[in-house]
Amino acid sequence: MPAPPPNISVRNRRTSRLVNIGIPYFWLGLFFLLPFVIVLQISVAEPALAQPPYTALWQWVDEGLLRIEINLRNFMMVAQDDLYLSALLNSLQVAFICTLLCLLLGYPMAYAIATSPERWRIILLMLIVLPFWTSFLIRVYAWIGILKSNGLLNDLLLWSGLIDTPLAILHTQTAIYIGVVYSYLPFMILPLYANLTRLDLSLLEAAADLGCRPMRAFLRVTLPLSMAGIVAGSMLVFIPVVGEFVIPDLLGGPDSLMVGKLLWTEFFSNKDWPLASALAIMLLALLVVPFVMMQRLQQRMEGSRP
Amino acid sequence: MQQTSTALMLAATLALPMASPVVCADETLHLYNWSDYVAEDTLSGFASETGIKPRLDVYDSNEVLEAKLFAGRSGYDLVFPTARPFAARHVKADLYLPLDKSKLPGLDRLDPTIVSQLANIDPDNAHLVPYMWGTSGLGINRDKVQAALGETADLDTWALIFDPETAAKLGGCGISLLDDPTEVFSAALAYLGKDPNSLDKADLDAASALIKAIYPHVRYFHSSQYMSDLANGDLCVAMGYSGDVFQAQSRADEAGKGVIVDYVIPREGAAVWTDVMAIPKDAPNPSAAHAFIAYMLQPAAIAAVSNEVYYANPNLAATPLLDESVREDPAIYPPAEVKARLFVPSERSDREIRDLNRFWTRLKANR
Repeated sequence: MPAPPPNISVRNRRTSRLVNIGIPYFWLGLFFLLPFVIVLQISVAEPALAQPPYTALWQWVDEGLLRIEINLRNFMMVAQDDLYLSALLNSLQVAFICTLLCLLLGYPMAYAIATSPERWRIILLMLIVLPFWTSFLIRVYAWIGILKSNGLLNDLLLWSGLIDTPLAILHTQTAIYIGVVYSYLPFMILPLYANLTRLDLSLLEAAADLGCRPMRAFLRVTLPLSMAGIVAGSMLVFIPVVGEFVIPDLLGGPDSLMVGKLLWTEFFSNKDWPLASALAIMLLALLVVPFVMMQRLQQRMEGSRP
Repeated sequence: MQQTSTALMLAATLALPMASPVVCADETLHLYNWSDYVAEDTLSGFASETGIKPRLDVYDSNEVLEAKLFAGRSGYDLVFPTARPFAARHVKADLYLPLDKSKLPGLDRLDPTIVSQLANIDPDNAHLVPYMWGTSGLGINRDKVQAALGETADLDTWALIFDPETAAKLGGCGISLLDDPTEVFSAALAYLGKDPNSLDKADLDAASALIKAIYPHVRYFHSSQYMSDLANGDLCVAMGYSGDVFQAQSRADEAGKGVIVDYVIPREGAAVWTDVMAIPKDAPNPSAAHAFIAYMLQPAAIAAVSNEVYYANPNLAATPLLDESVREDPAIYPPAEVKARLFVPSERSDREIRDLNRFWTRLKANR
């Protein structure tokens, strides 16, 4: 590179670095940190019959006396009442199982697309993305028509003689799994596909030349190399599913207690914004742990790469 | 001559906007109402009479409306909450604009009983105007219930859902309850022969034991889904709002699959509710909102709504204008002896409502 006067180049580089780093931080501050602080502030207030329906964090009393009230009872209630804990655990369980199912279904699909002839790939990818052209809500509604007791699936099974009485699938946990896996599968496939297309096929040839059987080569070469895609896809599925509201509400039954529905009840039915905010913050805190762990894992893997 | 005509034209141009202050082309009214709650010609009729362009958004639960009102700056000029407990606490939280009654000449046509009941939650009826009223009873698929219980079974009773043996027989073809603890608890208390508004611990324990006993037979708790499921024959008994069940009835007729839906007011008593019209304090166009209330106070306009949505309206002058099938239907306009068994839900404090709702969540999750 021909060297311009060093001081200008350093300054330019510094400004451009500042801009490059500054924009994402500004974005994060505006759309994550600021809402987070607002929610945190509501979570330490008390519900009130007013507009907005919670007490103010601070209040000027007399001259120069600032009274700040921090109410920790909401967090205590969320921590102590087993209702919230069991809803959180149930949501984590649903999210975990769904992520696993998406991975088991999505990996072979992503692999098949990535290894298919070039001209097919676009069409296959389109088939994955195409459902997004219909509203998410309508696609979940369609599952009601498929799963209900006189719906398409039961009619088909009854007609084929496999069952005598309709299966009760709608309004059960199974229906939630079906709805979630269907809705979130593309979020697993797309990052995996992006990762698998970059796979260097000569590595597999080398493995085969050295006498490695295809299955073993997959386990020792392809799978470890696609770990970044697995992690990315799993996070894209796991994190939104924990807080999912629409699918459990439409497809789940009365006993499918998930944190998204509980948040709705606290916010809308109980008008208890502070408790709902405390619950949201606890949920966030719980989600940060797996996120950080995943990040560590990814860093370690990248570090150990030859 | 030339000069005069120019001056005249100028004057005319200047005077034009003042000559027609009402018919202002871009004056709009933002309504936020329940889904399926106006007649087909309500909005066009209002627009052609006043020149105001109405825009309608719809909701399907009081809670969604309430969250918008409490957050503030909803942008709506007129909303239609249920009086108790919703509009009652909105009045307390000072969310509504006091009405300018000089702009509402039709107020004297309203049923004095309903108006005085509203005065209990809205002193001097300063903010709320009743829109429609109805009951919370049972929607029944007559053929399926009779197939399960026998031809002679009593159908006008809460026992269909609250008697564990009966519920067990009907559970297979589907029972749904409203997802609303106050409604379900009052119905359970009425079935037990207690005061439906009781807050007595022993009464509430008895009611919750009853609900737990029938819980295994309940397919779901939902406040609107039962409409389509009743119409399709997917449910045999649904606890629901009168007008919603009537709409399920007419959808079933339209589908022509032979599903017959009935609405009954159980003989043990049922809750009566009123939906009201109110203007949010920060409404962008309160004068248009007043114009809409005045329009809905006209007997012909409100009668058209009742004829279409099968809810009773509180306008006494509108009764003669109703279709005979609506006016004479005892499930819509109940006769005096049935009316005597209806009860108005009492008010509960926020604390009590929250405790009840949390108890409800726990009960639904069967924990």
